[in-house]
Amino acid sequence: MASDHGEGVNRRKVLECMTWAGTGVLWTVAGGVPRSMGIIGEARAVEPSGLTFLQISDSHVGFDKPANPNALGTLEDAVNKIKTLPVKPSFLIHTGDITHLSKPSEFDDADRIISQTRLDVHYVPGEHDVLDEDVKLYRDRYGRGTKGAGWYIFDANGVHFIGLVNVVNLKAGGLGNLGHEQLEWLEDDLKGRTASTPIVVFAHIPLWSVYPAWGWGTDDAARALGSLKHFGSVTALNGHIHQIMQKVEGNATFHTAMSTAFPQPAPGAAPSPGPMKVAEDKLRSVLGITDVTFKRGQQRLAIIDQPLQR
Amino acid sequence: MGAIKRNVRVAVVLAVAIFAAGAAPAANTEVQIDQFAFVPQRITVKAGATVTWINEDDAPHTVASSDKLFKSKALDTGDKFSFTFTTPGTYAYFCSVHPHMTGAVAVEAAAATDTAR
Repeated sequence: MASDHGEGVNRRKVLECMTWAGTGVLWTVAGGVPRSMGIIGEARAVEPSGLTFLQISDSHVGFDKPANPNALGTLEDAVNKIKTLPVKPSFLIHTGDITHLSKPSEFDDADRIISQTRLDVHYVPGEHDVLDEDVKLYRDRYGRGTKGAGWYIFDANGVHFIGLVNVVNLKAGGLGNLGHEQLEWLEDDLKGRTASTPIVVFAHIPLWSVYPAWGWGTDDAARALGSLKHFGSVTALNGHIHQIMQKVEGNATFHTAMSTAFPQPAPGAAPSPGPMKVAEDKLRSVLGITDVTFKRGQQRLAIIDQPLQR
Repeated sequence: MGAIKRNVRVAVVLAVAIFAAGAAPAANTEVQIDQFAFVPQRITVKAGATVTWINEDDAPHTVASSDKLFKSKALDTGDKFSFTFTTPGTYAYFCSVHPHMTGAVAVEAAAATDTAR
């Protein structure tokens, strides 16, 4: 409860909280924002009471263009990496763009590979998963127990998880979109919860304005974040932009994951956000998975990004 | 480099289209989808003209009119979508996958050309 008092958190405190994961985590600071490139295979100080889960994103199964002719292969690499983790995560979150073109065969291939982790997987769709008009293909597979286009909640170790959909009914000239119905549902869900409940909210498109000129933001995210304001610990996990970005604002930490398929350019660094071709021997260093650990009593979740290859 | 070449090609296609428009009202026009943009972003055609969009990107896009008059399926690389505009007016459209991508087709009355001749 102590961590919920409104003193705010200074940057030093944030860094302390986020570096707890121990030796060997390589930190870089870009634009004043701490980022970590974690290390796999090294012992990490995870206490038994901690909850560890994994995030993977943007698998784009079916993609076969020069930026990565074998997106299924690199997803398989990610899954193999997950299998060798020293601490078995409790579950997996996939933040969308499972497939490239929403084809049944692509969903089948993705399932075949991801199921090898033998972990429960909590999905939210990316815009590439809902290319069929009525979102039937995604919902038939992953929509059980969800509302609308696939939003839902679940709880684990006292952490409240919220999966949101911001890739349907997009408006001309706009960004990602949650929509009135989903926002009402969210506000209703949060109403009865105590401020000390740690919240993890995940959606495909970033819930903060990363780069609106490329559509990297969500039009009505401010309303969603407004309803999360009084919670002491809020972590927003997103994908879509195929690179790590992090921002801390008040009690909220925003984080985007690497893709398992191909990198995209830094905002404004190229004429468009299209797939970025890197040298073949560098590809796996810009793809990866994200390891998230929650320890009771800590305000921040420890988020560690692990490239497929360093 | 490829983009420049493509833009030249667009210009040629357009020049041909504009030239043809003078001779026959129902000229056809191509719009490239390139680097997450419709190129050219705004075109003017005569009523009866067919506009064809072709996706040159490595990402899928759609062509969806803002007032739901037309909507393509998701176009993969190299896929095309065509629509014939019969009524004068301005038709705004966007990519429903990447809605920051917008474009417009202005359709002029075909009769104006005929009477001018």
